[in-house]
Parts: sequence; C-alpha cells; structure tokens
Amino acid sequence: MSAKIRIPTPLRKLTNNEEIVEVTADTVGGAIAELQTRFPGIKERLLDENGTVRRFVNVYVNEEDIRFLQNQQTPIKSGDEISIIPAIAGG
Amino acid sequence: MDKNDGFMKALKCRECGREYPLAATHVCEFDFGPLEVVYDYDRARQTLTRAAIASRPQTMWRYRELLPIAREPTVGFQVGYTPLVKADRLARQLGIRELWIKNDTVNYPTLSFKDRVVSVALSRARELGFTTVACASTGNLANSVAANAAAVGLKAYVFIPADLEAGKIINSLVYGANVIGIKGHYDEVNRLCAEIAGKFGWAFVNVNMRPYYAEGSKSMGFEIIEQLGWRIPEHTVVCMASGSLLTKIHKSYQEFIKLGLVTETKYRVHGAQATGCSPISTAQKAGLDFFKPVKPNTIAKSLAIGTPADGFYALRVMKETNGTGEDVSDDEIREGIKLLAECEGIFAETAGGVTVGVAKKLIATGKIPANDSAVLCITGNGLKTLDAVATGAGRTREIRPSLREFEALLEVESKIIC
Repeated sequence: MSAKIRIPTPLRKLTNNEEIVEVTADTVGGAIAELQTRFPGIKERLLDENGTVRRFVNVYVNEEDIRFLQNQQTPIKSGDEISIIPAIAGG
Repeated sequence: MDKNDGFMKALKCRECGREYPLAATHVCEFDFGPLEVVYDYDRARQTLTRAAIASRPQTMWRYRELLPIAREPTVGFQVGYTPLVKADRLARQLGIRELWIKNDTVNYPTLSFKDRVVSVALSRARELGFTTVACASTGNLANSVAANAAAVGLKAYVFIPADLEAGKIINSLVYGANVIGIKGHYDEVNRLCAEIAGKFGWAFVNVNMRPYYAEGSKSMGFEIIEQLGWRIPEHTVVCMASGSLLTKIHKSYQEFIKLGLVTETKYRVHGAQATGCSPISTAQKAGLDFFKPVKPNTIAKSLAIGTPADGFYALRVMKETNGTGEDVSDDEIREGIKLLAECEGIFAETAGGVTVGVAKKLIATGKIPANDSAVLCITGNGLKTLDAVATGAGRTREIRPSLREFEALLEVESKIIC
C-alpha cells in the first residue's frame, strides 16, 4: 500500500520521465527523503539548504496546500495523492 | 543571440540566474524559480527614443523594443495607451496635491489591464506555433483570452472559479471560448491548470507563457511616464493579486531610467489588497520578506489569490522603493468604487475600489504625504462586477410620467435635505 506523488514536468528528467511515483513514507518529509533515495538530486530541487520547501515550490496532499496542514510533518497514508507544483502568476 | 528573437536574448531564472532558450517554459528546472525575459538593452536604446515613441501609434506597442515578441505583434494591435486622468476632484476629497488615475477600465477590447498581457502572450504563442491557448483566471484574464483568441481564430480554454460574478462568466462565454468552471477558489484552479499545462500542448498564458505574458504589464508603467510628460510619479498605488503587476510597474520605471528615457527620481510603489485576501500587505506591515498563504474571502474576486506567486518580489519592490502595503475591508472597497465614480466619472470594478480605498488610507496616515503626487492604477471596469455595488449604488425613484409628480418628488426630497 502506498501514496502517489505526481511529479511535475520540470522534475521528470530525474525520474526517468515517470509521472507518478509511489512511496511508502508516512509524512511529506519522509516521502521527499524516499524520492531522494530513488532519484538522487531531487531533494535539492524541492528543499533549500536549510531543509525547508523552496519558496516557489507548492506541495499539496489531496489538493490541500501543506502550509495549511503541518508542512513537511503532514501525515500521509495509503491512497493519498501528493502534488508538487511551481507557483503560478495570474488573475 | 539569434536575430530572429527580436530584442530578446534569453529566459533567465530570477532566483539562480540560469539561462534557458526562449521557449514556452516558465520555471527553472533547478529551483522552480520564475523565468524572466532578458533583453538586449544596448540594441533597444538605439531605436527606442522619445522621438521614435512619439511617432508611433498610440497603443502599448509603441514600446515594442521592451516587449517580448520576436516579430511584429499579431494579436491586439489596438491595446493600451489608456487615458491618464488628472483627478482633481478626487484629489481634494482624499487630501492630496496632485492625483492621477491610470484608467485601464477602458482598455481595449475587454476593459481591463489584462488585454496588455494577453496580447503579448498570444502574439508570442503564435510565434511559437501554438493554435490552442488557455488560462487560469479570476475573470478578467479569462475575458481577455477569450476575446483576443476569437479575434485571430485561436482555440481557447479558460478555467475560472465556478462562483465568479455572472458578468465575468458571460464575458468569456460570448466569444465562444470553452469556459470551465472549477468548484474551488482561484488557487485551486491554478493548481489544476499547472497539472493540465504539463499534459497538453497548449499555450497557457499564465503558466508556460508566463515570462512573456507578465512583461505586457510593463506597458502600463511606460505609458504613465510618457503621459506625465516624461517623469516618474512620486507615488504609484497598485492593486495586488499575484503581485505581478506591481513588480512590472517598478520594472518599467527602471527600464526607462536605464535607457535614458526618463530622469531617475525617487519614487515609491505601494501595494493594495483586500483585507479578506491580504497575504502580501500583511507580510509587508509585519516587516517580513515572505508571506503566509491564506484562503480568500472578499468581494474583490479578481484579487482573490491566496498564494501569490510574485508575493516575494512585490514585497521586495515595496521595501526597495520605501513603499507600503495596505488593505481595506469590503465596505471600504465599495466606498472606494463610489468615490471614484462620483468624483471622476470612472466606474471601476472591485479591484479599483481596493486601490482607491488603500490610497485614501495611505494619504490619511501620511504615508503618502499630502504635498506629493500619486498615480492610482485602476485595472478593470465596474460593469463586470455590478453585483458588488448593486445595493450600495443608490436607488431609483419611480413616478408616473407626470410633471406634477416630479415636482412633488423634488419638493419632498428638498425638504428631507434641508
């Protein structure tokens, strides 16, 4: 059983073009660490040198922004969907 | 540089400086930072002179060298060069010496500043070979994409929050665009569109076309400088949704200084938000250089972006120019709309009410000193958000077609007034 992470286009070069990656971690932070083990280099794309999510990266669990949840401590469970999305302008 | 790229040199990440080719791409692969167009200013300086500008048609394209298209525009030839109105009556009301309204409520063709960004984005999209265009929108952008796409036969998909004002929905549907209402707020529409944009080969004006799109806003600032007689206003008040317009107004002033078109003088850029969605002004007031996302709840739906993509840069511009972020309540927004309408005869949408309301506050608190000059950027037309002011606009008095009844009405009302 696992949660699914949707990999955004700019990161797919690192995941051999895989669009959806399944992880077994139980938090968002854990999922990012798991991604890093399988696809070295992906972590530094998502997190800055202090280990916090980069300011132009938005992470959602089941469509909710993790900044409204518990950031990287946000729990995830089997069947959850995690999206990683660049910030977008507009109006 | 490829000479076929016009005055553009490359796309460059605003965070780390890595450069990318001039394609339909918007984020840095390394850190997700936004990409921005880099221009060949040395070459632009040779042809973009005051005399050359004056000789060109009165549209935003008179500043062509600083707009990111490779060839001549193919969408929106008539956009821009909206009136800069000297607002003496509103100035007296607010207590400031000199006040101007940059009136994009009458921008062509869809009555908001979005026609500026869309004509750039669609002209560039056609250069890059796209035949379908799309956007995520709080309303005005959808209207503009729908209309400008129709005018040149591009297929359009516009994604909006399903609960938008009826006027804004009809204003997109009428052009034959595919209008998709998303059951959620704008930030959710945006998230979905980011995922859609990665999947379909469309030109999403505010996603993969964003580096080009956003630059179109600079034309508003270029026009302000030229219409003021080649000077930079001491204060510019700009409403903020994603914060992009504010950063581009600042950039336009900087570019004209760099090209020697205007003398460098001190100026402040102030950012206006609705209290019900004020992540940027709240951060500015707290002295932070980052913002906390919010869930929007305001009548100013065109500004209801809780996760503003250019929030960091907007905060930086306010800090650098010694500007202020401020926000106003829904009632103050309605009052702002009324003030502008009654003093200047300009009917703005809710975002305009935000700008006027914030300007009033900044003048009252001395953050904009009474002896200075200010320009208010009014970005959209009030006919699009009639619902917001329907109850506060006043009411009609009905009588039969009889002179006696009319005289009686006047008599009764004059007694009430006295």
